[in-house]
Amino acid sequence: MTTAVRVIFVVLYVLLAPLIGALLAGIDRKISARMQRRIGPPVLQPLYDVIKLLKKQVIAVDRSQGFLIVSYMILTVITGCLFFAGVDVLMVFFILGTSSVFLYLAAVVTGSAMSSMGAQRELVQDMAIEPALLFSAVGFYLATGSFEVGSIIGGPVSAIVKMPGFFAAFLFVLTIKMRKSPFDTAQGTHAHQELVKGITTEMGAKNLAYFEITEWYETVLMMAVVAIYIINSHPASIIAAIVVILLVYFLEILIDNTCARLKWKDMLVLSWTVTLISAGVNLILLMVI
Amino acid sequence: MANVKRSPWILHYDGSSCNGCDIEVLASMTPVYDAERLGVENTGDPMQADIFLITGGINSQNASVVKQLYDQMPRPKVVVAVGICACTGGVFKDAYNILGGADTVIPVDIYVPGCAARPQSIIDGIIRARDLFQKRSEEHDALMKKKNLERRQA
Amino acid sequence: MGVIPFLICFPFVAAVLMFCIRVNRIRNAVAYVSAAVIMAATVYLCVQWLIGGAGKIRLYYHTEAADRIILAAELILMCVVTWLCFKYRRWYISFLSIVPTLGIAWLELFGPEMTEYNRIYLDHLSVLMCLIVGIIGSLIVIYAVGYMHGYHHYHTDIPDRRYYFFMVLFLFLGAMFGFVLSADLLWIDFFWEVTSVCSFLLIGYTKLEEAVKNSFRALWMNLLGGTALAAGIIYYALKDGNTDLQTMVWSGSMFQHAALVAVALTAFAALTKAAQMPFSRWLLGAMVAPTPSSALLHSATMVKAGIYVLFRLSPALRGSLAGSMVSFVGGFTFLAASFIAIAQSDAKKVLAMSTISNLGLMTACAGVGRPETIWAGVFLMIFHAISKSLLFQDVGATENSLHSRDVEEMQGLLYRLPRLAIIMFIGICGMYLAPFGMLISKWAALKASVDSRNIILVFFICFGSATTTFYWTKWLGKLIARSSKPVVKDITKTNEMISLGVHTVLMIAVCALFPLLSKIYVDPLVSDMFGEAREVIPTGVLYLLVLLILFFFAVPVLAYVRNKHMAVNRKLSYLSGINTGNNDAFVSAYGDEKKLVVSNLYLTKAFGVRRLMVPCEAITSAVIIVTVAMTIGGAL
Repeated sequence: MTTAVRVIFVVLYVLLAPLIGALLAGIDRKISARMQRRIGPPVLQPLYDVIKLLKKQVIAVDRSQGFLIVSYMILTVITGCLFFAGVDVLMVFFILGTSSVFLYLAAVVTGSAMSSMGAQRELVQDMAIEPALLFSAVGFYLATGSFEVGSIIGGPVSAIVKMPGFFAAFLFVLTIKMRKSPFDTAQGTHAHQELVKGITTEMGAKNLAYFEITEWYETVLMMAVVAIYIINSHPASIIAAIVVILLVYFLEILIDNTCARLKWKDMLVLSWTVTLISAGVNLILLMVI
Repeated sequence: MANVKRSPWILHYDGSSCNGCDIEVLASMTPVYDAERLGVENTGDPMQADIFLITGGINSQNASVVKQLYDQMPRPKVVVAVGICACTGGVFKDAYNILGGADTVIPVDIYVPGCAARPQSIIDGIIRARDLFQKRSEEHDALMKKKNLERRQA
Repeated sequence: MGVIPFLICFPFVAAVLMFCIRVNRIRNAVAYVSAAVIMAATVYLCVQWLIGGAGKIRLYYHTEAADRIILAAELILMCVVTWLCFKYRRWYISFLSIVPTLGIAWLELFGPEMTEYNRIYLDHLSVLMCLIVGIIGSLIVIYAVGYMHGYHHYHTDIPDRRYYFFMVLFLFLGAMFGFVLSADLLWIDFFWEVTSVCSFLLIGYTKLEEAVKNSFRALWMNLLGGTALAAGIIYYALKDGNTDLQTMVWSGSMFQHAALVAVALTAFAALTKAAQMPFSRWLLGAMVAPTPSSALLHSATMVKAGIYVLFRLSPALRGSLAGSMVSFVGGFTFLAASFIAIAQSDAKKVLAMSTISNLGLMTACAGVGRPETIWAGVFLMIFHAISKSLLFQDVGATENSLHSRDVEEMQGLLYRLPRLAIIMFIGICGMYLAPFGMLISKWAALKASVDSRNIILVFFICFGSATTTFYWTKWLGKLIARSSKPVVKDITKTNEMISLGVHTVLMIAVCALFPLLSKIYVDPLVSDMFGEAREVIPTGVLYLLVLLILFFFAVPVLAYVRNKHMAVNRKLSYLSGINTGNNDAFVSAYGDEKKLVVSNLYLTKAFGVRRLMVPCEAITSAVIIVTVAMTIGGAL
C-alpha cells in the first residue's frame, strides 16, 4: 500500500465508519424486530437516537466522565485508523484493549453501584475476548508471514483457508464484543436488563451518544478484521468479503435473538475453552506443518 | 431543528399499581402493538429516559422515589400518568396510605386514564408525549442558545 | 576505571558506618551523603565508559589479594548463616550454605590450576544494571530514611534497629554492584550469596514470628539456588579449567556438554532468585519486610539479578534444553502469577504477584534467547525497575497516611490523597497500559515465540496478557472512583517525596524517550550479546506510541482539574430511586439508611492462592527436575 492509499483509507474510515455502523445497527434492530414478528423501528433509528442524545441536557454524577468517554472514543478511532493505515494487527489489538480501559474508568469514576458492577463485568468480557484476538493476530502471522494488514490481504489465497479455527474463535468472541445475548452481561440493548443499563447506567445525553458512536466505529473495525480473513489479491474476494461480513452479522443477530443470557463466569469459561480448542488446535497445526 | 420526537425513550415506574397497567405497558411493546416502531425504547435508567411513565398511585413510601427518579432525568422530559390510579389515585384514593395521583409529587403532562389503561391508549399517550417532548426540546434549545450568547457576551 | 572498586567497596564502608553510628540524625545525614556519593559514582562510571567508546571492557587480571579476601568473606558469611540457622532452630538450612561454600573453597585452594581471566567485565548490560542499582537504590535509601522514621513512629512494638536496617541496605548495594560487574564465576557466586543473605536479614527485620518464618523460607530457597550455582561452577571448572562467565556462555552456545550442564544449573539458580515458580512463595513472604526493602530487593534490583544472569546466559539458552525449561517456567509463571494477582486485594500482594508475573515474562524472553526477546526483556526490566520501585514506595507512603494498603480502601484516593494517588496512577499506567512496559514486551515476546515455533509460550502470553490487564485496571478504577470517604491527611515526608518525584520524572522520561533509548542503548546492548541487532518496531510507529502514552499520563491530571471546577448539573447516581443523597447509602426496606459498598471482583474461588499455588508449583517443579536431569544425563 502506498501512503496515499493509506491516507484515503483512514479518512474514509473516520468519515464513513459511523454511518456504516449506524446503518448496520439499524438493520440489526429491523431484522431483530422481524424475527419477533414486529414491524420494528426505521433503519435510521440509531442515528435518530444519537441526534436526540446530543441535544439533551448534560447532567452527570461526575463531570470527569465526559472527558473519559471522549478519550475512549478518540482512542478507539485512533486504533481503527491504525488498522486501516495498515499498521501491525497485533499492536492494533493491544491498543484496542487499552482504549477499553477508558470505558471502564468512565463507568467507575461515578462510584455508582450499578455502573461499577457493569464495569467489572465489562472487564471480565475484555479478559474473555483478548486471547482470541491475540491468537487471530498470531494466526495471520503464521498463515501469511506478516502482521501487517497490507501483506495479509495481498496473498494469493485467503487467510481463512489456513486458519478456520482462528476464525471460529474470533466469531465467538465477536458475539461478546458486539454485546449480543447470551453475552450481554455488562450492557445490553434488550429490554430485559440485569443491571439497569450496566456499564452505561450513569451515562446520559452526550456521553451516551459518544458511547454509541464508539460502538459503531468498533463494529466497523471488527467487521474489517473479518474482511481481512477473506480478502486476497484477487479483486473478486472483496465481494466475497462483503458477503461474509453480512452473513456474520446476520449470524450474530440470529444468536442474539435465540439465546438466553449466560452468567459472566460461564461466559469466561466458555470463551476461553473455545479459544483454547479451536484456535489452539489450528495454531498447533499451522506451527507443526 | 432536529427531529427529536423520533426517539422517545421511556422510563417505566410502578408506583403502587395492582400491576394491571404495568402488564399493559409491557404489552404495548410486544409484537401486537410494537411501540418500538415509533422509536420507543424501554430503558430502565432515568439518566437515559425522555418520558416518565408512572402507573399506580403515590403512597408515602414511593413519593420520594418518584421525585428522585424525576430529578435524575435530564431535560427536556415529559411525564405520563398511566391508569386511573396514577391520574387521581383511583379506587385507592381514600386509602390511609395513598397521597393521590402522580401529580401530587411531580408535574404530570399527560393523563392516560383507564383501569387498566389499554395499550392503544397508552401508545396514544406516548405519541402525545413525544410531541410535547419535541416542543420542549425546541424550547430547551432556544434557552441554551440564549444562555450561550449571554455567556459569550459576558 | 578506579571507580569500579570504589563502587563495590564504598557501600561496604557505608554499611559499617551505619552500624556504628547510633544517633539517628547523624546517621541519616551520613546515609544521604553516601547515597549521593553512590549515585554520583554510578553516573561517573557510566559517563566515563560512554566517553571511552562504550565497548566491552575487561579489567583486573591479577587479583590474588582480592580473591583471598572474597574467600575469607565467604567463609565468614557461611559462619553467620550457620549461627543464625542454629539460633532459630533451623539447623538443616545451614547445610545449604556450608556445602557449597566449602566446595568453592576447596576448588579455590586445592583445585586444579585454572586458566586466568579478567575479573571485571563492563558492557551495556552491566552498566545498565549499575545504573538501576545506583540510581534507584540510592533513591530508595533516601526514601527509607523518611519511611523508617514514620514506620517506627506507628509500629512501637517493633524494636528500633534502624542502624541494622541501613547497614544491610548498603551491604546489599555493594554486593549488587559486585555482582553485576564481575566476570568471574567465583566472584559472582560470592556476591550472589551476599544478596541472598541481605534479603534474609531484611525480611526478618521485625523479628515477629511470621517474619522469621518467611525469612527462613526465602533463605533456603535462595541458598538452594546458590548451591546449584556452586555445583555448576565446580563442575564446569573441573571439566573446562576456567571460571569465566563469558567463556562458559560461549562454550554453551557451541553446545559443549560441560558448559551446558553448568548453564542449566546456573539457570536453575537464576530461577530461584527471580522467584519463578515453584520458588515464588519466598517473594510473597518477603512482603512482611518494611517497604523500602520490598522496593529495593524484592522488585527493583535483587530479583533482577536472576534475570541479569539469564540474559547473560541467553545465547547459550537458545535452542538448548535448559532454554526450553527457562522459557516454559517463565511463561508459566507469567500466566499463573497474573491469575493469582487477580484474587489479591492487598496492594503489596498485588505488587508482589505482578512482580513475579513480570519476572516470568522476562525469564521467558531470556529463555527464547533471540535478539528481539532480549530487546523486549531489557525494556521490560527498565520499566519494571522504575515503576515497581515507584509503586512500592508509593504504597508504603500511602499506608503510612491511610493506615491501610488494601486496594478496596483506596476508593477515590485521587480526591482524598491526591499527590500519592497521582503518582500511583502514573506508576500503574507506566507498568501495563499501552503502549509501553508490558505491552511492548508482550508484543516482541509473542512475535519471537511464534518465530521460534514455541507454541506453549504463545498460549501463555495470549492468556496472560488478558489477565494482566484485568488486575491493573481494577486497581486504576479504584483510585479514580468517586467516594464520600473523608480526605486523608498526607504525612509523607519531604525525603520520601523527593524519591517519589524523581522516580515519577524518570518514569515519564523513560516512556517519552523510549525510541531514543532503544536506538542509542538497547540496540547496542543486544548486538553486544548476539553480534546483531534488529529493528523490532519501526521508528514511525514508536513515535506514535509515545504520543499515546503521554495522552495516558495526562488523563488523571485533567480529570482531577476538571473535577475541581465542577458545580453545575450534578445528579445523584442511580440507586433505584432510593439514593439517600450522598451516593454512598440507600434507604432499606425498613426505612433506615444502609451503607453502600462497591467492591471489585476478585474471583477468589477460581484464582485464589490456595487453589492455584500448589498445582502450579507441582507442574513447574516437574518440568525443572525433568529438564535438569535430562541435561545432566545427556552430559554424563
